[in-house]
Amino acid sequence: MLEDKDRIFTNLYGLQDWRLKAAQSRGDWDGTADIIAKGRDWILDEMKKSGLRGRGGAGFPTGLKWSFMPKESDGRPHYLVVNADESEPGTCKDRDIMRHDPQKLIEGCLIASFAMGAHACYIYVRGEFIREREQLQAAVDEAYEAGLIGKNAAGSGWDFDLYVHHGAGAYICGEETALLESLEGKKGMPRLKPPFPANVGLYGAPTTVNNVESIAVAPTILRRGASWFAGLGRPNNTGTKLFCISGHVNRPCNVEEEMGIPLKELLEKHAGGVRGGWDNLLAVIPGGSSVPLIPKAVCDDVLMDFDSLKAVQTGLGTAAVIVMDKSTDVIKAIARLSAFYKHESCGQCTPCREGTGWMWRVMERLVTGEAEVEEIDMLLDVTKRVEGHTICALGDAAAWPVQGLIRHFRGTIEERIAAKRSGSLAAAE
Amino acid sequence: MSVRRLDPNQPESFAFTAENVEWAKGQIAKYPEGKQASAIIPLLWRAQDQHDGWLPEPAIRYVAEMLDMEYIRALEVATFYTMFNLSPVGEHYVQLCGTTPCWLRGADELKEVCRKHIGPEGTVSADGKFSWLEVECLGACVNAPMVQINADFFEDLDAASFERVLNDLRAGKDVKPGPQNERHASEPAGGLTSLTTAGQPETGGGN
Repeated sequence: MLEDKDRIFTNLYGLQDWRLKAAQSRGDWDGTADIIAKGRDWILDEMKKSGLRGRGGAGFPTGLKWSFMPKESDGRPHYLVVNADESEPGTCKDRDIMRHDPQKLIEGCLIASFAMGAHACYIYVRGEFIREREQLQAAVDEAYEAGLIGKNAAGSGWDFDLYVHHGAGAYICGEETALLESLEGKKGMPRLKPPFPANVGLYGAPTTVNNVESIAVAPTILRRGASWFAGLGRPNNTGTKLFCISGHVNRPCNVEEEMGIPLKELLEKHAGGVRGGWDNLLAVIPGGSSVPLIPKAVCDDVLMDFDSLKAVQTGLGTAAVIVMDKSTDVIKAIARLSAFYKHESCGQCTPCREGTGWMWRVMERLVTGEAEVEEIDMLLDVTKRVEGHTICALGDAAAWPVQGLIRHFRGTIEERIAAKRSGSLAAAE
Repeated sequence: MSVRRLDPNQPESFAFTAENVEWAKGQIAKYPEGKQASAIIPLLWRAQDQHDGWLPEPAIRYVAEMLDMEYIRALEVATFYTMFNLSPVGEHYVQLCGTTPCWLRGADELKEVCRKHIGPEGTVSADGKFSWLEVECLGACVNAPMVQINADFFEDLDAASFERVLNDLRAGKDVKPGPQNERHASEPAGGLTSLTTAGQPETGGGN
């Protein structure tokens, strides 16, 4: 189990003051100018050595992503854009960073921007986080007043401006190119790639989009050294991670833990265990709504990191762990997610616009059992026709939960159809 | 995708208050010259705020003109983003999260409370005080089930505590946002399992 001395987010729960002075006493902004003085290459190298993989869901190596930015400006400005459009069902970690540990994010924005040659950064906060946005703005104002950002930020010689921007309720804007469209004042519809944002991003200029958590951990990594971060977790799955534990546990919570912690230990140590005990567990969605669920048998010994979860045909995603005990109608739980994706599809690609509605309607019938057994395979076939056939990953994200359900709970679906047919389902209700 | 249309009943005109005009200038200044369209979401949001929580058609035109945008581009934005209410809402606008993490912990019960205390989804109560809508994940999943009322989250609800919040609002009393049980924020109830040591973390290195 991770020790407190290795935790980055020391005010995760907001039990201490979030303001600048208190944040500084917790170690934020300690020697920022010295870090910057070590230069761009040193920062990129340390970030690569730390093994940090993006915390927004895709798990792309952060240092590598930063290195994709042009080394020299061709006359266009460079931008860092922070993705604070936290909307993946199950996920509520960036919210805590913004409201309780905002200076970690702000310091990270400065260092990351310097490392990518950016003098300006926008933080795109989801529209619903109104109070969080106000608090983050207050923290940004404090940092400006203290000279930590602005001209000659933190005495580093680097000029840096930071702006808080917000959306208005569109999950799709968490997709980086949709976010850029939205930030430019348009509908949040994803762009075709290439060109990638590192070449043509915000306002047609080189841009890197990073998740809040990825940016907020950077200053601590650079202060304590890449080897410290890389020494936690397992190779290729290093460091600490914020986990969001929701659903049928005794004490739902957010917690920072070591990557690779066994799922069972995570739930029992921090969330009071599964409601009714471990044997009452039905299934877990381990990484936010977009990843396939895993049944109890897999949960028994799976480790919580990118590669371990990939090996059991799911993913770490945002590390939002949604727990379902045996009282759960698992078909309905997934059908509700299908409704979510139908609602959030931007409508640009036909397979997603039509497919999400199609999947949701079939899922609703599987909930009531009013379906033919053959339709299970037909539904599976439709998910394959959506997956990989759209501009962005929302189509995949809509397909995977359904695929996971069929993979692990086909028997449950078939039983419900049979029960409906025999009339015993109506009697049971 | 949600199909959204403008309300059939629209006011004649809309203009920002003098204070909001100043505020809007500050927002526009955040973006490079010629990129003022970037400010459209914040400006529409402020317009909605000024207009009792919903966005009328003249406000969309007003903001489009202010940002030197084609009206159709502003209309696209207003209809794409679901936080823009295109029809009137109650004084206390309740957005109830119904996505799976909240559903697992009793969002259906909260919906019943809404039906009983407010009325059918999407309609303003007779006294104009409330309206409610089921929305998608609001990002407070470890404090489920929860609702957002205007700018504030109300978390760790059950039917009884939710009724209490609604009754207090109806009576014009102050309500405390955040968790409605003993929790402070996202920590586990009943005692911390991390961040328990008093000492400050190491900052390490020679910095």
